Amino acid sequence: MSISFTVNGKPQTVDVSPQMPLLWVLRDTLALTGTKFGCGMALCGACTVHINGEAARSCVTQVSSVAGKKITTIEGLSANNNHPVQQAWIEVDVPQCGYCQSGQIMQAAALLAKKPNPNDADIDEAMAGNICRCGTYQRIREAIHRAAGQHTAALPSSVTASLASAGR
Amino acid sequence: MELSTAKVHRREFLKNSAAGATGLVLGFYLPQRASAELAPVAAGAFAPNAWIRITPDDTITLVIDKSEMGQGVVTSLSMLLAEELECDWTKVRTEFAPADKAYFNPIFGMQGTGGSMSIRASWKPLSQAGASAREMLIEAAAQKWGVDKSACRAENGAVINTRTKTRASYGSLAAAAAKMAPPKDVPLKDPQSCKLVGKPTKRLDTPLKTNGRAQFGIDARPPGMLHAVVARCPVFGGKVASFDATKAQGKPGVKHVVQISSGVAVVADNTWNAMEGCRALDVKWDEGPNANLNSAAITKLFAERAEQPGVEARKEGDAASALSSAAKRIEAVYEVPYLAHATMEPMNCTAHIRSDGVDVWVPTQFQTTTEMSAAKISGLKPEQVHVHTTYLGTGFGRRAEQDFVLEALETSKAVGAPIQVTWSREDDMQHDFYRPASYCRFTAGVGADGMPVAWTNRIACPSIFSRFFGPESLKTKGLDNSSVEGAADIPYSIPNILVNYQLTEPGVPVGFWRSVGSSQNAFFTESFVDELAGAAGKDPYEFRRQLLQKSPRHLGVLELAATKAGWATPMPAGRFRGIAVAKAFDTYVAQVAEITVDRKEGSLRVHRVVCAVDCGRVVNPLTVEAQMQGGIVYGLTAALKGEITIDRGRVQQSNFNNYDMLRINEMPHIEVHIVPSTESPTGCGEPGVPPIAPAVCNAAFAATGKRIRRLPIRGEDLT
Repeated sequence: MSISFTVNGKPQTVDVSPQMPLLWVLRDTLALTGTKFGCGMALCGACTVHINGEAARSCVTQVSSVAGKKITTIEGLSANNNHPVQQAWIEVDVPQCGYCQSGQIMQAAALLAKKPNPNDADIDEAMAGNICRCGTYQRIREAIHRAAGQHTAALPSSVTASLASAGR
Repeated sequence: MELSTAKVHRREFLKNSAAGATGLVLGFYLPQRASAELAPVAAGAFAPNAWIRITPDDTITLVIDKSEMGQGVVTSLSMLLAEELECDWTKVRTEFAPADKAYFNPIFGMQGTGGSMSIRASWKPLSQAGASAREMLIEAAAQKWGVDKSACRAENGAVINTRTKTRASYGSLAAAAAKMAPPKDVPLKDPQSCKLVGKPTKRLDTPLKTNGRAQFGIDARPPGMLHAVVARCPVFGGKVASFDATKAQGKPGVKHVVQISSGVAVVADNTWNAMEGCRALDVKWDEGPNANLNSAAITKLFAERAEQPGVEARKEGDAASALSSAAKRIEAVYEVPYLAHATMEPMNCTAHIRSDGVDVWVPTQFQTTTEMSAAKISGLKPEQVHVHTTYLGTGFGRRAEQDFVLEALETSKAVGAPIQVTWSREDDMQHDFYRPASYCRFTAGVGADGMPVAWTNRIACPSIFSRFFGPESLKTKGLDNSSVEGAADIPYSIPNILVNYQLTEPGVPVGFWRSVGSSQNAFFTESFVDELAGAAGKDPYEFRRQLLQKSPRHLGVLELAATKAGWATPMPAGRFRGIAVAKAFDTYVAQVAEITVDRKEGSLRVHRVVCAVDCGRVVNPLTVEAQMQGGIVYGLTAALKGEITIDRGRVQQSNFNNYDMLRINEMPHIEVHIVPSTESPTGCGEPGVPPIAPAVCNAAFAATGKRIRRLPIRGEDLT
C-alpha cells in the first residue's frame, strides 16, 4: 500500500504494509537511522519523533496513520546541529552511549516548544517516558534548563568546583 | 568458548616486541606501524604506531582500540595520545580500531573492553605512543632546519624552532618523520604540565550523538543487507525439536527461514517483516533439563548450599574460636536476584560471509572473540575477517558475549547475503546472561566494646568464569574470584575473618554485569557492617572509620563523602541518610544517600547522593563525574526495581513494563567529589555502582529501624 507523508521537509511515498510502525519505515525503508528502536511498546522513548510538531513514539505509530502528516526526526531537527536543545546537549556534555539521546532531544524539543521555561516538575512530566540506561538524567535536566536560557554556567559539574577547591 | 589467544596470533606487527605471542601480556608494549591492509596509510603519511596517523594535509587521526559504550574512551584515550603528541585538540579525528593483535589489552591479552580497564591498561602505552611520535616529528624538523633537537619544541600540531620562531606543521613533517627511528624511553610529562589530561574536557563524540549520525551496530546498512529475527527456545538450554516455516514464509517480505544453532532465523526485507514472520513461525521446542526450574527452587538451593562450608576465599586468624568466645554473635542472611543488563540498544549484529572474506559490523566489547567466531563459522582465516566496531548503545558486560554475533554469522552463511540480526526487547530480556543471583550467610562475633572480633561469610553464587571461560578457569578449585570480589577483600580491621564460597549452579546463564561480584557483595558487606555498627550503638560512619585506619584510600573517600554530605549535621525531620564504601577495579568510592520514606505507601525516594571517588590520577574529570552518576543510576535501578524471576525455566519479565528502569522523575541530585591523587589512574565505568544499594538501604534502616536484606527493596520493607 502506497502512503505519502513528509519527513524533514521532504515528501516521501512508501509502499509498505499499513500496519508497519513508522519507526521501521524511517530506519529500514528511508534509511534514517537516527531514530532508535528500544522496546517496541512505547515504554522507553528511544524512537521519539515529531508528528505535526507533537512528540510521538514511532515504534507504536502505524505508518498508515501518518499519511499526509509532517514528520520530523533527529536528522531534521536542525540544519547544522544548532537547535537550542542540541546546542545545550553539547555544552552540558550530556550523552554517554548516546543511543537514547535522539529520543531525549526530540522529547525535550517538543517540551520547550510548548513550555519555553519549564520547571523541574514540567521536565519530570515530559521526560519520564524516556529511559536513559547510562543515567544522564542530571545533565539532561541541566541542558533543558540551559536550552530554555535559564542557566549560564560554562560547565555543568559539581566536579569542577571540587577540583578547583582541591587546587587542580 | 575458546579463548586461547595463541590461535589468533598473526600479523607481525610487533617487530621488536616479544609481548604478542603469549596469551597474557603484563606490562606494556608499543606496537609499531600498523599493516597497510588494516590501516591504509596515504603516501607521505606518518603512522608511527597503531594509534596515530598524520597525513600531509595535517589530518591527525587517533585510533581508538577500546569499545565506546558511553564510558568516554573515545575522548579519554584521545586525551592521553594528544597530550603527549602535542597536537591540536580541536582538530583531532578518531576512528575505531580493527580487530588486531596490535590492540590487545595488555592486561587480559585480548582486544576487548571491560573490567573498568581501559584507562588502567592504556594510559602508559598511549602516553608513550604520543610522546614517541612527538619526538620523531621534532627530530624530523630539527634535521630539516639543520639544528639540534633542543632548539625545537612541539606545540599545537606543529614543531617550532625556538630561535627563529619558524613553524612546521605536523603534516608537513609527516613524510620525514616516518623515516625516523622511534626513540626509546621518552620521559612522560609531569602531571602539572599537562594541558589536557586532568582537565574537564568535553566529549569528542557529542556532536554525533545529538544529530543522529553516530553509527551504532543496529544502524549498519551494507548494500544488499537483509534483516533477521530469531526464535529461541524460551527455556534455558532448550533446543528446536521441529518447526514449520509455512506460515512465516507466507508473510510479506519474508525471504528465508533457516535453522541456526540458537533457534530459527526468519529473514526478511526489513526488521518489521522479519519480526512478523517470526511471530507466525511454528516451532516445537525440546525444553531440556531446565523445563521445571523456578525462582522458589533456586532460592531454596542457595539457602541449602550456604549451610555448607564451601571453599575458602579468605581466612585470617581463627574465626571459629573467636566466634565461640565472643561476647555476642550477630547473624544475618542476605540475597539478591538475577538481573538483566537491558542495554539501551538491543543485541544486534550484522555479518556478511563471502567466499573471500567476512565483514562483521557489531557493537561488541570483544573484537578478538568476534574475529574468532567469524573465522570459525566461515571457515576462513582470521586475517580474512574484518571486524567493524560501531558505537555501542551501552554494554555493561552483555556485549562481551558472542551469541548475537554467531547468529548473524550463521544466518549470513546460510542465506549468502549480508544479514542484520536484531533482537526485540523481549529477546534481550529473556535470553540474557544474567547478573548472578547470590545468597550469603553472615555470622559476626563482637567484643564487649561492640567492635567485631570475628567475621564469617558463606556465599552461594553461580560462577561467571566457569560459564564464560569453562570450568577449568577456576584457578583454585571451585573458587571464582568474581563471585567473592567485594566480599573476600573487605578492608575492615577484624582479627578473624573467614569467607567461604559455594559454587551453586541452578541453570540460569550468568554473565558479567556492570561491577560484577561487587554489585551484590558491596550490598551484603556494607549492610552487615552497618548492622554491626547499630548493634554496637555506634554511628555507622565513625564505626567504619575506626575499622579503616589501615586502609587509607577507603578512609579517604569515606571521610570526603561524609564531610561533603555534612554527616555531622543532623538531617531535617523526615529525611534520613546512609553511607557505604567499596573498592572495585582498584577504584575507591564512598556514597552518602539521603532519602525520605513514605511508610504508608511503602515507598522510598532518594533525594541526594554525595559520591567521593579515588581513581588515582584523573584523565577527564567530566567523565569521572558522568560515570559516577551513571553507576549510581544503574545501581539504584537494581536496588529499587531490578528482579528477574524464573518460572517453568522461563524468564517472567519481558520489557520495561515489568522490568522497569529508573527515570528522570526518580533521579536524585548527585554530587561527585574527586580525591586528588598522584597514584596510577584506575577505572571508572563500574565502581560507582556497588555502594549505592547499601547506602540507600542503610538510610532506610535509619528511617524505619528495619534492615533490608533482600533486593530489590519492597514496599513491605518500608512500612
